[in-house]
Amino acid sequence: MNHFTDRRYVFAAAIILVALVFIIRLFQIQVVDKSYKQYALSNAQSARVIYPARGLIYDRTGKIMVYNKAAYDIMVTPRLLEPFDTTEMCQILDITREDAKERLRAARSYSMRVPSVFMKQVSYENAALLQEKLFQFQGFYVQTRTLREYTTPVASHALGYVGEVDQSILDNEPYYQLGDYIGVSGIEKAYEPYLRGQKGKNVFLKDVHNQTIESYQEGRLDVQVVVGTNLTTTLDMELQEYGEKLMSPYVGSIVALEPATGEVLAMVSAPSYTPDLLVGRSLSRAFGDLAADTLNPLFNRALMAQYPPGSTFKTIMALIGLQEKVISINTSHNCYYGFYVGNIHTACHLHDTPLKLIEAIQNSCNTYFINVLKSTLQDVKFPNTASTYDNWRGHLLSMGFTKPLGIELTNELDGNIPEASYFNRIYGENHWNYVTIRSLAIGQGELLITPIQMANMTATIANHGYYITPHLVKDIEGEDQIDERYQERNYTTIDTANYGPIVEGMDLVVNGGKGSTARNARIADIRVCGKTGTAENPHGNDHSIFIAFAPKENPKIAIAVYVENQGFGTTYAAPIASLMIEKYLTREIKRTWYENWVLQLTQPVVPERKRDTTQISTMDDGTEE
Amino acid sequence: MVQRNRTMANLDWISILLWLVIMVFGWMNIYSANIMEADGSMFDLSQRFGKQLIWIGASLVLAMLLLALDAKFYIYFSYFLYVILLGVLLGVLIFGREINGAKSWFVIGGFQLQPSEFAKPITALALANLLSSHNYNLKRFWHLVKAGAIIMVPPMLIILQPDLGSVLVYSAFILVLFREGFSASIMMMLAALALLFFTTLLLDKALILLLLVVASLIIYMVASRSFKKGVGNAVWIAGIFGLFYGINYLLQTEFSLFMLGLASLLPVSMVVVVKGFRLREYVRMKILAGLIISIVFIISVDFAMNNVLKPHQQHRIYVTLGLEDDPQGVGYNVNQSKIAIGSGGFSGKGYLNGTQTKLHFVPEQSTDFIFCTVGEEWGFLGTTFVILLYAGLFLRLIKLAERQRSSFSRIFGYGFISILLIHFIVNIGMTIGLLPVIGIPLPFFSYGGSSLWAFTMFLFIFLRLDASRLELLR
Repeated sequence: MNHFTDRRYVFAAAIILVALVFIIRLFQIQVVDKSYKQYALSNAQSARVIYPARGLIYDRTGKIMVYNKAAYDIMVTPRLLEPFDTTEMCQILDITREDAKERLRAARSYSMRVPSVFMKQVSYENAALLQEKLFQFQGFYVQTRTLREYTTPVASHALGYVGEVDQSILDNEPYYQLGDYIGVSGIEKAYEPYLRGQKGKNVFLKDVHNQTIESYQEGRLDVQVVVGTNLTTTLDMELQEYGEKLMSPYVGSIVALEPATGEVLAMVSAPSYTPDLLVGRSLSRAFGDLAADTLNPLFNRALMAQYPPGSTFKTIMALIGLQEKVISINTSHNCYYGFYVGNIHTACHLHDTPLKLIEAIQNSCNTYFINVLKSTLQDVKFPNTASTYDNWRGHLLSMGFTKPLGIELTNELDGNIPEASYFNRIYGENHWNYVTIRSLAIGQGELLITPIQMANMTATIANHGYYITPHLVKDIEGEDQIDERYQERNYTTIDTANYGPIVEGMDLVVNGGKGSTARNARIADIRVCGKTGTAENPHGNDHSIFIAFAPKENPKIAIAVYVENQGFGTTYAAPIASLMIEKYLTREIKRTWYENWVLQLTQPVVPERKRDTTQISTMDDGTEE
Repeated sequence: MVQRNRTMANLDWISILLWLVIMVFGWMNIYSANIMEADGSMFDLSQRFGKQLIWIGASLVLAMLLLALDAKFYIYFSYFLYVILLGVLLGVLIFGREINGAKSWFVIGGFQLQPSEFAKPITALALANLLSSHNYNLKRFWHLVKAGAIIMVPPMLIILQPDLGSVLVYSAFILVLFREGFSASIMMMLAALALLFFTTLLLDKALILLLLVVASLIIYMVASRSFKKGVGNAVWIAGIFGLFYGINYLLQTEFSLFMLGLASLLPVSMVVVVKGFRLREYVRMKILAGLIISIVFIISVDFAMNNVLKPHQQHRIYVTLGLEDDPQGVGYNVNQSKIAIGSGGFSGKGYLNGTQTKLHFVPEQSTDFIFCTVGEEWGFLGTTFVILLYAGLFLRLIKLAERQRSSFSRIFGYGFISILLIHFIVNIGMTIGLLPVIGIPLPFFSYGGSSLWAFTMFLFIFLRLDASRLELLR
């Protein structure tokens, strides 16, 4: 019937052969060859992560600001635990038995098989002692990590801090694992991908005593660790330190820029905190304390405080007036102790009258600039006040107001200059004019500007018409250049020629004769150009403001100083700015008496306040010096 | 009732017992491979072991249904089922769900079905029907083509999904043809071509050519029983090659060694052909024809690899065939799989105590690499036990197949044996590093409903046919 029944034996033989080959092979890898057992043992804890050192941070002069210190975490894999001498372990690590039990319980509940942190950041001595006796403690190992260390306790807001990753990061970014560190704020956050480097992995073989004996397969499965990239910040550490010292009695902010590059030379927010506080084990407690402080030291005033600019804004009023050709440098106005229309009155102080534009800046005349606003808003080129106003506001947008400038830090706020529609809503369409919003002419009213925007405005004037977006990092190791947006010039809608008279006015503010409002900012041999401001504030004394750049020709520094609740701009802000300029340009302070006056001779009055006060402006008219 | 009782009485309970043991032991290992931190209930349906429990239950029901049908049903409906199968395979390409890059799945109410698994028993039915039909003769060319078509059409549809592992499985049907009398020498030739294919990928073309020529000469010496003739030809070829090589060197033309070799074969070949026709001496010509076919084959394989396939496809083929090292990718899996099995030692780490498989060192630990869990937790004893279970099942199935009076039943039985065998060999072979990694499951053992049901269909259709072995089916 079938001629090939014999072929069944081929099948049977093939099956027996295959089964034999498999069994012999299995006998070889399971019984004869012992190396697989070792591989497996090492496998279970072999994927030892190597944490790269975070990138260092230098200041603009090449001095180191932030570096790393080693920290030792004791890790435990509960499944690998064998009975051990608890007392000795507790002695080495300096903890109680109960504490140790609790820590083990927590590790077990996290995972039996995946290593977790038994104790964080033990001292070098303890870690070394434990490492030596590790053979007694099966299941434990020491994991080296790095923590941040600061050469000088300054610039906490700019540098930011490093903390453990939270759940949302764990969920969204697979690179990070429980217990990893990440930049939480400041430069640490903005440049995290550069600073962190790349974690490495070592695959080890171990003997039965849990000691590493050799690299598995000559390291074919290892992942090379990549050390974090070093950064050079734009900050001048000495200037930063000095600024923080000058501001220590006050609440407020200093931002200093290099006009030609947009580099931030100093960024002070007072009160501040020591960066060491937010490192490692002390972080959570210190953070709680800082967050509970009513003066809110965690709040970066340089980027987030939105203040009315006060009289410093008159420079901008003049620029737009000249650009729209509604005034010229020869336009003059009378002023008799203020501005009067009907029963409305905005006060002004005693000065010569009438004044031309440059003298009006020098004297900071309120009446003059309300008249500038009047001329601007009554410009016949436009059909109505609202469109004139929006044109005026357009110029302001080009100077970087009403939006975050785009510094690397993500918490920058935008400031506010209302649109015409806002006034339409409040007063009704065509029911408002320059008188209604005259406060804007003198930098009061609805205007809100952050200190960095003020510093940027000053840099724009120093550059005669453009700015480069302020930034904090000038060099990334291994990269040819920084982001292009920190190199581009942003031109304003104001012609370069129109900046000349404003610079002259600001020169006279400091270096003029009678009527100059900030003669105390004068520095021998350095021509400082500045403008004072005093912003009214419903919650207490006026804020003292000063913007300045120096030297007049080829400016090297543009600065904005904001001191909360300390009265006239001349009183504190101007001397602080002046000292900062002297420090930066000459690297030394000759006027030590002046420094002492700023630091000591006053009784700093820091009223108890809530954090939101800085963001509230006033509808009242400003009173200027 | 009488009919039914006779079926039950004639059932082969030994195979059923083996089937149950393999399935239950498989489930125990799936349970162990998936039980991680949360020690949930074994009925936890969100876990793989819970789902597998459902599938095992369903396969018991399926088995009873298959036994309840009349044996003749499988013969009469085999072509019909085959046509439906082709429709479904087309359908999955259009309406299927893509999982892991292959459009192989239908998703019905949270459960996933993989039609390509069911294609195996149905193809075996159709093939059995064809081969057992009246007057069928495997030696007739067109009859062979028909059988080839039945075997090849389903994998051609499956390769579009793409699922290369399933396609490979169909090559096992050649074993059925072999049992039914397919020429052993053609089988040898196919094996030789397969060998040549791998050598082409591994070695330089010129070297293969040299090996082929030497092999042809040896065959010639054996066939003509003359050492002298063989050496004479060898001297001629070597001399002409030396001449060409010298010319190539002097003229600085850059012909490859392979081209020079081909050229130097030409004069001798012409002499062989001319003399062969004149003297009616066909032995040399047959050997020459074999040589030429081989050369054309290696040239086309080489061309296809280098010119048709893109670099990443070439790489995948090389890695899959184990010809290229890739310790982080495919190579890594095999490495980890061997470590897991090897670490089990003689008696294993104990049930549920494995570390390698649970820590996800081993990929696909409950499907393709389930054997690792056996190796790690049950040791050499466990792995040998599993291999003996399968070997026992195979020998039992061969015995059953050979006792059939109906050739349909026998051919279907061998279809089952062949498919089961290739799954067994490839799956275990890859986990212990003897064969390249090709992702196909261990029958009855690996996690997965479709595979379990398909093999249950195979077994119980065959057992149903076996129960009617005393009737004349065809």
